[in-house]
Amino acid sequence: MGCGTSVATEPQGKRVEDAWADDTVSPSPALTMKAAVLIQRWYRRYMARLEMRRRYTWNIFQSIEYAGEQDQLQLSSFFSFMLDNFTQLNGNGPDLISQLLDPVVDPWLDRETCYKLIPVPESYTGPRLSFPLSVSDTDALLGAFKEQQTLHARYVLQLLYETKRLLKQMPNIIHLSTSYTNEITICGDLHGRLDDLLLIFYKNGLPSAETPYVFNGDFVDRGKKSIEVVSLLFAYLLLYPDYMHLNRGNHEDHIMNLRYGFTKEVMQKYKTHGREILQLFQDVFSLLPIATVIDGKILIVHGGISDQTDLDFLSSIDRHKVKSAMRFPRRSLEHLDIGHSCKRKRLAAGSRPSSHSKNQRTPNQRRQCGHSRQDSAASTSSSSSSSSSLSSSSSSFCSPRTPSCLSPRPCPSSPSMPYTINVLQVPYLDSLSSVPPPAPPQHDREWKQVVDILWSDPKTQEGCSPNTFRGGGCYFGPDVTRRLLLQHGLQLLIRSHECKQEGYELCHGGQVITIFSASNYYEEGSNRGAYIKVGRELVPRFYQYQVSRTTRKLTLTQRVRAAEGTALKALKEKLFTHRSELLSGLQQYDQNNTGCVSLSEWAQAFESVLRLDLPWRTLRPHLARLAPDGSVDYQSCFEDMEPGIPLPQVTQKLADTLFRYRTDIEIIFNIIDKDHSGLISIEEFRHTWRLFSAHLGVDIDDRAIDDLARSIDFNKDGSIDFTEFLEAFRVVHKLNNKEQQLNGKTAGGK
Amino acid sequence: CEDGVHNVTLLRSINNMACVSPREIGTIIYSLGCFPTQADLHDIIAEVEEDHTGCIPLDKFLPAMTKVLLEHKFPPIPEDLLLQAFEVLDKQKKGYLEPEELTKHMTEEGELFTQEEMEEMLTALADHKNNYVYYKDLISQLTIDPDL
Repeated sequence: MGCGTSVATEPQGKRVEDAWADDTVSPSPALTMKAAVLIQRWYRRYMARLEMRRRYTWNIFQSIEYAGEQDQLQLSSFFSFMLDNFTQLNGNGPDLISQLLDPVVDPWLDRETCYKLIPVPESYTGPRLSFPLSVSDTDALLGAFKEQQTLHARYVLQLLYETKRLLKQMPNIIHLSTSYTNEITICGDLHGRLDDLLLIFYKNGLPSAETPYVFNGDFVDRGKKSIEVVSLLFAYLLLYPDYMHLNRGNHEDHIMNLRYGFTKEVMQKYKTHGREILQLFQDVFSLLPIATVIDGKILIVHGGISDQTDLDFLSSIDRHKVKSAMRFPRRSLEHLDIGHSCKRKRLAAGSRPSSHSKNQRTPNQRRQCGHSRQDSAASTSSSSSSSSSLSSSSSSFCSPRTPSCLSPRPCPSSPSMPYTINVLQVPYLDSLSSVPPPAPPQHDREWKQVVDILWSDPKTQEGCSPNTFRGGGCYFGPDVTRRLLLQHGLQLLIRSHECKQEGYELCHGGQVITIFSASNYYEEGSNRGAYIKVGRELVPRFYQYQVSRTTRKLTLTQRVRAAEGTALKALKEKLFTHRSELLSGLQQYDQNNTGCVSLSEWAQAFESVLRLDLPWRTLRPHLARLAPDGSVDYQSCFEDMEPGIPLPQVTQKLADTLFRYRTDIEIIFNIIDKDHSGLISIEEFRHTWRLFSAHLGVDIDDRAIDDLARSIDFNKDGSIDFTEFLEAFRVVHKLNNKEQQLNGKTAGGK
Repeated sequence: CEDGVHNVTLLRSINNMACVSPREIGTIIYSLGCFPTQADLHDIIAEVEEDHTGCIPLDKFLPAMTKVLLEHKFPPIPEDLLLQAFEVLDKQKKGYLEPEELTKHMTEEGELFTQEEMEEMLTALADHKNNYVYYKDLISQLTIDPDL
């Protein structure tokens, strides 16, 4: 066929225009163009919708993450509280709590015997390291970790021991030069994401003389492979101390590790030697250098700076002493300046009145999310005990410098506390920022300078204010950056600490770069990771990547949908765990108990209770149903979720608290359960629970706790299987439940 | 409608900026259900852009945006027209478009797609086995909008 031949050889595009090949009438070019335009316009709109969804998904994740950090601060302050009130929670001798919180390193760990005596069985097929390390050892580690193997405890301890020895010789600030090396690669947060680290090594090359690296902190927590990540980093550090450089991040901190997963990961992977390993990690973390400078021009720190940052001072301190940002340097009573008047010295954003400052919002709240810690404490209790909750927060967090907290009687601002606390309140992170102290003694200044470096965030407005969101460090403006760079002859500040959608972001007119190396941090597809390469001309170049779990490339739609799903789930859990407050907030608008409020009222109530600055109206369709008249049926918000197993008989308020602090309670139980049996005694349970609720200011009487304890003691043998207890307080999404039942699995949460 | 603008500004302010970048105006307007042409977009941007800092203050953008919404300036196009549009391009009534066909139209006619847009479109819409664009199935994906 004549036409057929010519059709077969011509390119497709031409074919459809060829009238001969068609048996339909070819549309006019004008019509075709109109059709094209229509499709283009529709498609662009579709992409715009997707982009909006992606953005608010991101905002949900970030808001919840920062709000979660507030909760974490609660936990750490609770630990301080526990430590100071009950140092011996369980019998004789120092217990794990004091060990974990106030690490006095077991001298045993300072000797080689700590690892030498650990036998490695024949059956162990993982890498057997030999020190000093060689390339074959690091290759073996890479291979093993890719195969999901776990490094034997003996080698972990040995690795840590050798790393500690090396780090002790290093200064606080490392100075690098590009004249001896090729381009230096700078990576940001990894957070236990082994895949990202492997991807970086694959794309950029393994650490070597040709490929020097700086890793800017936050190697652990959140991700599931923190041990593997940090083992590789330390191994390369030992192998190439001149070409591999590690900065400390705010997550290289044993108290952060308790909350964000590293402690748990270690205890799970190393049941016998977990505690020693953790102790050595604590030590090594506090020995990590806190800053790196390239060619005297580029400063690299994990968080940022403050207007007080003094690099010369930082070079001189004993960084090892700042074990944790959460543990203010302990001082004995003699050293406290009792009766010393608070000189109104400007510390950060100016002077404030003493303990009541914590009950007010500070200005310059980041992203207008005014979620200060004391407000979160206030929102944990219902309106009936609001006075006690407010007072409990202020009573727990008085600075030692305010006289009211030094008296042995209970703090006068907490009349309705169920327990009288007859001890000195532990100073809390906030107090340093909010209350200007007298001329700070040496170790206070050291602590603050280090915390500023590890915790601060840049902001667009000028000035420097306490970072109340994080609870530590500052928000620093472009003027602060300019001044510091000028002062030290620097031209660029590279920092990490914040997740960025593209893996990196510039601010302060290009003087500050944020670099973040954990892709898909919130969810598959949520963000890229990136690293910087900088050569002799000191111009940074950015390299982005994204780890993909599936071999098939996900479309943007699929990724956004997946991320959105996860974000909404997390948000719904938040709704569920704040149910009583939300309901009382909503009922204020619904005096007649109709079950409905207007959309604005609904948005208002949610915003003020949850203190998450999210586009509530846009999210409404995902969270609540509308009544026929267009108002919001607010009860429908909570339909979608239920507890993991049938709840024991508890009040709504108690249930909410248990749901909200489930993770924290789990950590506490795990600490108490020294032999990892999964059981704690009823007495321990009661004790801990009373402390926790007293601390939170949740008004729970003894009998409720006793009933709770007894109801969970299924074996009636005086011990509680706390895993089962916690299972009851895991929020489960009903849809998941049904799906899993259909699949024959037992119901379970995330 | 007002809520829509409110949401947008909330999203913008969440990102701690008191302004929008001109590149984002298209996204915002589209996501609020309007269908401006590229020329329309350029006009709007020209109207609100004060200088070339790439930063349009919200107090300039919001009134312009509200006006667009209240005047129904760029009304949406009905869905059945979209199906017809695809059918026009699918001259042989195959029920699908081959990627090359679609690419040619999108990048050479009308309000031209960039290379990047074209790649993204194919990734999003094409069947991942044979790469054909089965447009009938896509219509609902492209038009259903639960949030508006």
